[in-house]
Amino acid sequence: MPMKSAVITFPGSNRERDMMYALELTSGIAPVSVWHADTTLPDVDLVVLPGGFSYGDYLRSGAIAARAPIMDAVRDFAEKGRLVLGVCNGFQMLTETGLLPGALMRNAGLTFVCREVMLETASTANRFTDGMARGAVWRCPVAHHDGNYFADTDTIQALEDEDRVAFRYARGTNPNGSINDIAGITNKRGNVLGMMPHPENLVDPLQGGIDGRAFFESALGTVAA
Amino acid sequence: MKARVTVTLKSGVLDPQGKAIEGGLAALGFAGVDSVRQGKVFDVELATANADTAKAELAEMCEKLLANTVIENYAIEIL
Repeated sequence: MPMKSAVITFPGSNRERDMMYALELTSGIAPVSVWHADTTLPDVDLVVLPGGFSYGDYLRSGAIAARAPIMDAVRDFAEKGRLVLGVCNGFQMLTETGLLPGALMRNAGLTFVCREVMLETASTANRFTDGMARGAVWRCPVAHHDGNYFADTDTIQALEDEDRVAFRYARGTNPNGSINDIAGITNKRGNVLGMMPHPENLVDPLQGGIDGRAFFESALGTVAA
Repeated sequence: MKARVTVTLKSGVLDPQGKAIEGGLAALGFAGVDSVRQGKVFDVELATANADTAKAELAEMCEKLLANTVIENYAIEIL
């Protein structure tokens, strides 16, 4: 059965509609839209924190959103083992809440990068990429200023040892200087994924390609077995 | 009571902005700048008149919001 999903909108989110479009396109079920000031989540299988510039990126990217009223419910949802996906600003929120380790720092080149990169599916040992081909390399857009993934040496080692690096920038396309070319990581349990690239922006031929579809088909369990 | 909180990057954390400022200073002809690290300053006014209470409250604020202790250190100063 395809999954039911919800997308949380914060003041300053700007990819929530793109995300909802990609989710509905893949699952055939319209996602529920949730406002950041809500305190409960609907009965869904997957919650998505979308990209954008929540609260104008004030203080630190994702820092204020991570303390929004809805986030206690998101934390409970993750603790129950249900799926939480954070893309771009959503990834920054997940590290700020502590649901994922590390931090997203200013890009090494200091500039905002908005371009296409090549992404490698580096791990399929989680609930999102388990239907994808390990080692596959695909096109994916990025658009961020703070995507430079950082964590201390022990944390990086644990992420690598536990096969929790879901995505890496491939073929010298790392746009931000992240350690080990990290583009996306999961929590230990594999039910929380944060990633900087925007697969939701490459699911329709009108967007220039459909490379991102395989990710959504895998995450939503609609992939042909 | 007035207090100042200074948030700086931990040593070992790369600071691309600090590096750029360092380059900017060199370009302006300031010789002998070995390194620059940038950070944030928060001036906070608190209702309490007790310095210990203020310090405890500010430490909690730093832990919960003002600093990201994964990458940042904080220092509290009662003014």
